[in-house]
Amino acid sequence: MKQRTKLFFLRFGPLILSFAVFVLVYFVGSRLYPTMQKPQVFFNLFINDASLLCVSVGMTMVILTGGVDLSVGGIIALVSTASAVMLRNGANPYLVIPLMILIGIVLGVVHGWIISDLKVQPFIATLMGLFFARGMAYIISLASVPIKDPVYMKIALTPMHIPFFEKAYVYYTSLVGPILLLVAIYLSYFTRFGRTIYAIGSNEQSAVLMGLPVRRTKILVYAFSGFCSALGGVVFSMSLLAGYGQFASGMELDSIAAVVIGGTALTGGVGNVLGTLFGVLVHGTIVSILQFNGTLSSWWTRIGVGLLTLIAIGIQSIFYLGQNRSRKGSS
Amino acid sequence: MADTNNEIIKMEGICKSFLGVQALDNVDFTLKKGEIHALVGENGAGKSTLIKILTGVEQADSGTIMIDDEKATIKSPMQAIDLGISTVYQEVNLCPHLSVAENILIGREPHKFGFIDTRAMNKKADEIMKDLGIKLDVTQTLMTCSVALQQMAAIARALEISSAKVLVLDEPTSSLDSQETEQLFTVMRRLKSEGVSIIFITHFLDQIYQVADRITVLRNGKQMGTYEVKSLSRIELVTKMIGRSLVEYDEMVGLKKESVKSIKKESWIDAEQLTSGGCVEPFDLQLHAGEVVGLAGLLGSGRTEIAKLLFGIDNPSSGSLKMDGKEVKDYSPNKSILRGIALCPEDRKNTGIIGELTVRENIILAMQAGLGWFRFLKKSEQYEIADKYIKLLNIATPSADQLVKNLSGGNQQKVILARWLAINPRLLILDEPTRGIDVGAKAEIQKLVLSLAEEGKSCVFISSELEEVLRTSHRIKVMRDRKMVAEFDDESGDAIMHEIAGSAS
Repeated sequence: MKQRTKLFFLRFGPLILSFAVFVLVYFVGSRLYPTMQKPQVFFNLFINDASLLCVSVGMTMVILTGGVDLSVGGIIALVSTASAVMLRNGANPYLVIPLMILIGIVLGVVHGWIISDLKVQPFIATLMGLFFARGMAYIISLASVPIKDPVYMKIALTPMHIPFFEKAYVYYTSLVGPILLLVAIYLSYFTRFGRTIYAIGSNEQSAVLMGLPVRRTKILVYAFSGFCSALGGVVFSMSLLAGYGQFASGMELDSIAAVVIGGTALTGGVGNVLGTLFGVLVHGTIVSILQFNGTLSSWWTRIGVGLLTLIAIGIQSIFYLGQNRSRKGSS
Repeated sequence: MADTNNEIIKMEGICKSFLGVQALDNVDFTLKKGEIHALVGENGAGKSTLIKILTGVEQADSGTIMIDDEKATIKSPMQAIDLGISTVYQEVNLCPHLSVAENILIGREPHKFGFIDTRAMNKKADEIMKDLGIKLDVTQTLMTCSVALQQMAAIARALEISSAKVLVLDEPTSSLDSQETEQLFTVMRRLKSEGVSIIFITHFLDQIYQVADRITVLRNGKQMGTYEVKSLSRIELVTKMIGRSLVEYDEMVGLKKESVKSIKKESWIDAEQLTSGGCVEPFDLQLHAGEVVGLAGLLGSGRTEIAKLLFGIDNPSSGSLKMDGKEVKDYSPNKSILRGIALCPEDRKNTGIIGELTVRENIILAMQAGLGWFRFLKKSEQYEIADKYIKLLNIATPSADQLVKNLSGGNQQKVILARWLAINPRLLILDEPTRGIDVGAKAEIQKLVLSLAEEGKSCVFISSELEEVLRTSHRIKVMRDRKMVAEFDDESGDAIMHEIAGSAS
């Protein structure tokens, strides 16, 4: 029995921890600013961090393989600018959205190919992707481009009421992230693709020797991340109704922080997507607290997130150190 | 012949060389159906090269491989698995963060409605492990299992995924305790009875006699023969493994006789009941100026541990070490160098040479370290020193500016020797100085050791090859199972052999 509980905590400890961190941060916030006790403030987290949740889901999958995707913010900028310009020129929004998603997938496939076939570090390959995407965004338009397309405006501005909570609402764009999250949970736990992701992150050399499709999986995982980022970009441009090369600058780092706070190890192989949801919510909560405060510089968000990330990593390494030690001891 | 049908693998005339060093020289190897075949030999004997060729990691320069009487070329590990040859390595090649069941079945998980059927997978894995006679919770993460169980999971995977006909176990017992080893042996015997052939690599002689049917012995890349375990006594086995030959023996004998005269009467290093906890049992060792003391024994018998203790890498837990009558208190490699002790480590590639630096830079390294950071040797002095030792040790290099990685193994070893000779040490500890280098270079290094002794230096000479130890050492200490078990003078090779094998004659 004791052994069972120990194994349970080994497996779900980081997840429970990320949930606890979120609850704690939110609790502290609502003690300081009682307005935060309103349900709408909680749902605002999903509105404000809709695109961060999208990219973080993809990021989690990439980090689980032991890689990283720095291009996510760049893809958002590129997608928002490109779609804004196309819509300004009268393109059909139902064509624009799939095209944007295709751009994200193609960029992701290119990343995956460079990483798996040319053996380039993910850090470098996706950094180049970041430069490329953001650069292209500015080449398309130096200035911010407003979106006045009726379809976009309708999707962006129609609130969706939450059952059981009177007056509480989110926008349709807020649903994209949670749906992606469900897809990612299915992929990571119930498909061979997902389990191979964990195997690669756990020990890539072994995964190769075990005869798993390592190359294909890596390319697919970056493609998935590109897909998530492009969706994030569409969501982003809908919520701001504009496209600009400056959008989402530094979001790759917020996203990595959210993944880490969510209990996923940067070395890969350990963690899960659900934790990332809590990581994103923690980020959103800190932003909310600062907004309620009103006097503090918004840069405190970064400092707060940074501290929490550091603590999360610290706790993780104690966790995994303990495990490794018990392994070493028996070897 | 009816007998050939029984042979599942037949390797003939396998040759393989790396950078001019012959790793395998015309080796034959046959594996019968349902046998446990031990492959033994000291480090550098060619065991791992042979296995790498069989499993497709390396390609043989020449020779043929027949599998089930059909000629096969094995180009990759994947292909070997397809042919039914699976390998379980010493370090387990599985994914530590996945569950045991997943590690066994990943890539072949049962599915239901597009979902992995975890329950069915766990049930199947549980059955597989039960078949192997092992009770464990297959849902637990692999890394929470003991190494033995991880190895079992690796074996289970090998059998399940590739339906292995041949299982290669590469030093599987080196990190297992005796109970775990017994567990592994039970599984091995069970597999054997089911007709699986097993190649078992180990350096524990006891274990060979416990499970193996036949033995193939390799030494220096040559096959010393294949024997029925029952018909080969321990002492014969050890003789085959470490061997004795008389090449250049006479010349060395002469040299050694000369050098005996220069041995000083009083010892200057005196170790009494020195020990470093569990690594090696307490030992006594006296070293005289001008003397070569050989440490003989098999791999893992505690030879390297003694070297580490003397050089100050490991701190002693009890006992005393006296130098020039004074007790040594502060142990560290740095202090040891200042006291005039030098160590040429066992693993030349990783801990000895720095391949990206030139011969000159490698040679002056220790000397510069002795001088400190701020007193640089002038370039001209550096060249002078480097050229002196290149000539003295007969290092084959186009110039002192050649990168060390481009030299052959023997010459690399000489560069390390030169590095230490440059600081003029009083005691030189050589741990396997001739491993992996060709015969000519071996003889040169052996001669060099004797001539250094003649100049009044002390030397501790560690080698797995008994013939080499016999040739170079004035006194020989025999190590067995982390214990110093006996001391001999040079004339008693057979008796030493018995001590190494641990079989009282």
